[in-house]
Amino acid sequence: MTEASFDSQGAPARKRTSLTVTDERTKARNRAETRFRAYGVAAICVGVFFLIVLAFSIIRSGLPAFTQTVVAVDFQLSQQDFDEAEAQLFKTKAYEGFLIEAIRGKLEERGLEADFDAGAIERLLGKPGSTLREHYRANQQDLGQEVYFQLAAASRVDGYLTGRVTRDTLQDSRFLQMSDLDLIDELVAVGVITRSFNWNFITGADSGVDDPGGAGIGASVIGSFFMMLVVLVLSLPIGVAASIYLEEFAPQNWFTDLIEVNISNLAAVPSIVFGILGLAVFIQFMHLPQSAPLVGGLVLTLMTLPTIIISTRASLKAVPPSIRDAALGVGASKMQAVFHHVLPLAMPGILTGLIIGLAQALGETAPLLLIGMVGFVARGNPEGIVAGFTEPNSAMPAQIYTWASRADPGFYEKAWGGIIILLIFLLSMNVLAIILRRRFERRW
Amino acid sequence: MPLVWIIAIILAIAAIGFLLGRRRVLQAVQGDRRKLHSLPNYYGSNVLISALVPALLLLIIWLTLQPIYVNSLVSSGLSVSDLEQAASPDLVMAEIRRTADGLELAVASGTMTEDLARDPGADITEVAEGLQEAGSIVTSAVTQPILRAAQQYRAIMGTGYTMMFWAVVLMALGGAFWGLRNARPDYRARHTVEQAIRALLVAAASIAILTTLGIILSLIFNTIEFFRLYPATEFFFGTNWAPSFSGRGGASDLGVLPLLWGTFYISIVALTVAIPIGLFAAIYLSEYASPRVRAMAKPALEVLAGIPTIVYGLFALLTVGPLLMKVFGPDALGIMQAGTAVMTAGLVMGIMLIPFVSSLSDDIINAVPQAMRDGSYGLGATKSETIRKVILPAALPGVVGAILLAASRAIGETMIVVLGAGAAARLSLNPFDAMTTVTAKIVSQLTGDADFASPEALVAFALGMTLFVITLGLNIIALTIVRKYREQYD
Amino acid sequence: MYDTQNKESALSQDDIKISARNVQVYYGDNHAIKDVNVDIEDKTVTAFIGPSGCGKSTFLRCINRMNDTIDVARVEGDILLDGENIYDPKVDPVQLRAKVGMVFQKPNPFPKSIYDNVAYGPRIHGLARNKAELDEIVERALKRGAIWEEVKDRLTAPGTGLSGGQQQRLCIARAVATEPEVLLMDEPCSALDPIATAQVEELIDELRQNYSVVIVTHSMQQAARVSQKTAFFHLGNLVEYDDTDKIFTQPEDPRTESYITGRIG
Repeated sequence: MTEASFDSQGAPARKRTSLTVTDERTKARNRAETRFRAYGVAAICVGVFFLIVLAFSIIRSGLPAFTQTVVAVDFQLSQQDFDEAEAQLFKTKAYEGFLIEAIRGKLEERGLEADFDAGAIERLLGKPGSTLREHYRANQQDLGQEVYFQLAAASRVDGYLTGRVTRDTLQDSRFLQMSDLDLIDELVAVGVITRSFNWNFITGADSGVDDPGGAGIGASVIGSFFMMLVVLVLSLPIGVAASIYLEEFAPQNWFTDLIEVNISNLAAVPSIVFGILGLAVFIQFMHLPQSAPLVGGLVLTLMTLPTIIISTRASLKAVPPSIRDAALGVGASKMQAVFHHVLPLAMPGILTGLIIGLAQALGETAPLLLIGMVGFVARGNPEGIVAGFTEPNSAMPAQIYTWASRADPGFYEKAWGGIIILLIFLLSMNVLAIILRRRFERRW
Repeated sequence: MPLVWIIAIILAIAAIGFLLGRRRVLQAVQGDRRKLHSLPNYYGSNVLISALVPALLLLIIWLTLQPIYVNSLVSSGLSVSDLEQAASPDLVMAEIRRTADGLELAVASGTMTEDLARDPGADITEVAEGLQEAGSIVTSAVTQPILRAAQQYRAIMGTGYTMMFWAVVLMALGGAFWGLRNARPDYRARHTVEQAIRALLVAAASIAILTTLGIILSLIFNTIEFFRLYPATEFFFGTNWAPSFSGRGGASDLGVLPLLWGTFYISIVALTVAIPIGLFAAIYLSEYASPRVRAMAKPALEVLAGIPTIVYGLFALLTVGPLLMKVFGPDALGIMQAGTAVMTAGLVMGIMLIPFVSSLSDDIINAVPQAMRDGSYGLGATKSETIRKVILPAALPGVVGAILLAASRAIGETMIVVLGAGAAARLSLNPFDAMTTVTAKIVSQLTGDADFASPEALVAFALGMTLFVITLGLNIIALTIVRKYREQYD
Repeated sequence: MYDTQNKESALSQDDIKISARNVQVYYGDNHAIKDVNVDIEDKTVTAFIGPSGCGKSTFLRCINRMNDTIDVARVEGDILLDGENIYDPKVDPVQLRAKVGMVFQKPNPFPKSIYDNVAYGPRIHGLARNKAELDEIVERALKRGAIWEEVKDRLTAPGTGLSGGQQQRLCIARAVATEPEVLLMDEPCSALDPIATAQVEELIDELRQNYSVVIVTHSMQQAARVSQKTAFFHLGNLVEYDDTDKIFTQPEDPRTESYITGRIG
């Protein structure tokens, strides 16, 4: 250790340590390193954990919405019974009597004895008599034949089977009594009460506030569809045109800067502000129809345009300048170079961005509420194409919101179910975007 | 004449014009297209554009202006006595429009004759019956003045539309002829067409400016209207939010402070969740993770960003809220009264913001040059020391920008707070209390059967203005910081 | 403290500071360094020369295990520093790099003040007990980096605001501040103008008094000017290693001769 004497600036003698022995300080530093890394792992795990919890609660709570509790009976009615019932004063009561007998028969087959009356049936099924009567009045040929009926059970029966209503939480009421639960158990045992796939949920429209069982998302899916049509038809040409101008033609001046600043700021403006814009401009000022998918589509177009412009510009920028030079070099005008060469090459990227923008628009709720596209206006499917754009309708997320804010917890299940359908749409759009990207993406 | 037909006719004129223009110029040179200045299609397109663009512009302007003009014409014709029992001029006008639409529908479905619908002396009960039969909703009993105004409205609108049809069709024809006259071989058709396309491109790009302008104008006008009915100082400095539901005017307390407090409190909770998790996730993904882990974890986090906010809202209301109640509710710790609270909304919003913070920070951390890392490793620094002492300080401006953007996102978020935060506006420090935010109140004041002239509805625009100004400020600052940061390493 | 030093000083009796034995480096499937054996002496400037892509920088990065930071890189064979294998699993690369400092091709000062740049190493390695000691270390390092006179009045100014040559000398001062035993320099002058290059070369010659300096360079003139020993790499092989004078005047291998006379490279 003599280097100190050589050192003109007088460094202290260096201590010689072995590399294979880790000193205390390094050990402490390595522990800090391990801790830091663990924080990172923990952060990722927390994120993934939330994702799993979210997925789990959606699936667990949403799946029951796709099935419904039904009372399924083989039912036979003779011509004589029919005439007898039609002759009575309370016709539907008479039909209910036949139904009760049929159910009682089923129970007796299995040797089960249960005491129940018309009141219990009404609590379980609502008013089944009228359903039966309508069926036989419309289909007289069924008289004397065995007909298989699936009658939707009341929401609380449904709740009992899905665990929403339990023996502990049930309070006797005119809706459901404790004694009914025994009956339900027995009917489940003989297979009269079962669960069947609920087509009405997928195809139907919104129901009244006291009928969660009859609520369907079909009408608002159509509302969303017409809205997305508007967004697609407007945002693709406008977005592409604006991007081409900004990327290929815009001169460097204050006007271009103004547009650029506007686009990047609009991309971060809260969506509800676009709802206010839609309400004030499209409905109050231009008197377009309230709650119409057309207006919803216009608002969502304005909202997604910045996103689409940003991604389209990125795709245009990715096309190398040599392509433009080549086209200009053979005498094409700037416009021809862009439309014949640059745009087709950028198209896969543009479409990917567009689909992602559409997916974002499809899930948006807040602006729709302000222009009146709330769930309860979705009472039926529109008649015809024009009506699809202009008649009041809702959209999937707004319908989900309406269900979530209703008092009857039976609607919560529908809300979760609606989310499953919404997510299926979003997932397929994203998968489509990924496929497009994989299939056509070009690396220069 | 439905709009679809008018557009179809214009399109047909334009299409025929295209073919004629093309043919005319080809005939002029006996089919030798080399003698043309531009390709034949450009001559056709020139005719097409000159037919289509002016006609469509006229159509749009007419459609926008006519209802405004007719509205003012009809409402000025209403006498004061007609309005006396009615709620407000706006409601009366809505009623008139509805009745006019009903008449239209009744005539179309054949339950009412055209003569009856036009007859000013028509028997009111007969008309009302006809309306109901046609299935149109007549809210209150139709009164004589309203019926007469509706008939007048319908008549003027009808005349207007007929005039519009002829004006637009003539415009299209005129444009087509003008374009055809120019279809000569030496005409520089390509230049004209390209100029027109360029104008279209500029117009498309200007929509961004128009949107901003539309937002600002609709907020400003309605906010001014609101401050005319309600004092601005009480709005900005009032600590009580209690809009009255039935009455109008002075009965409501519309102080914005409790809403702002709720907004900021929830955002702070959300950022407290999102910033550490998002930042550490970004650090792990960009500095530690193997390519395989990165390829799986990054999309998994991004899925969180692609989930619609309504899903998070429902998650807050139905999963997180009840879960928190189990821990903090009256049966356990007893500091939480209901599932909807600041904590519920804040937590869920935090989850939503994780991918937002992490992907922005990931980009920013990756923008720090590798040379910085090499320099630090070369001096014997561990990875975490390099990250904490070199990379993060270097990336700090960018990360701050990302956090500001996330904050702006949190402040503007609507569905999570509407469903998860509760409806009560209060100034409280307990994060387990229900509170409400600016965005949630915009929704609640503007949905339902609000009368747009009342301060209770107009306050939503003032709230929107407040929200817009705050988020715009945050965005501008954040975007400036991020841009400056990017330039530093370009 | 001093007795450990005495006990271990036996290791340094030899003039050989670093000795590499059968070193192989792979980047994925690419065999970048093939069977390199070399002994690098203490208090000497050793230059690695060779055409682009010959592996000289790769080998340099093996000496302080910078290749660890690249996922696909794999190193085989032994590199001994004072007789200890630095690729021994017991060796902490962090401790190793404190002993074997590195200066990079492009000046890479941290976006911090000049003072903080130099103090970074001493701080993380805990070399100073208090502020006064740290000040002293920083001043000494800046003096040894031959930049003290230029920056002593603006130590709080950002290091990124200096000129290219100053930045590189700052980076050398930063490397020196941790009291390393070996200084690795990866083409330290390639991003500098001739005047700055001359200053840095002068500095390298001074540093030789205290450190074993290994420099990778593109320029044969630079190798001839600053180094005492020169190693010529070609296609991942160490072709020839000898005194600089000998390499440049009478190389043994025909490939070396071709390179220094400008026929390959």
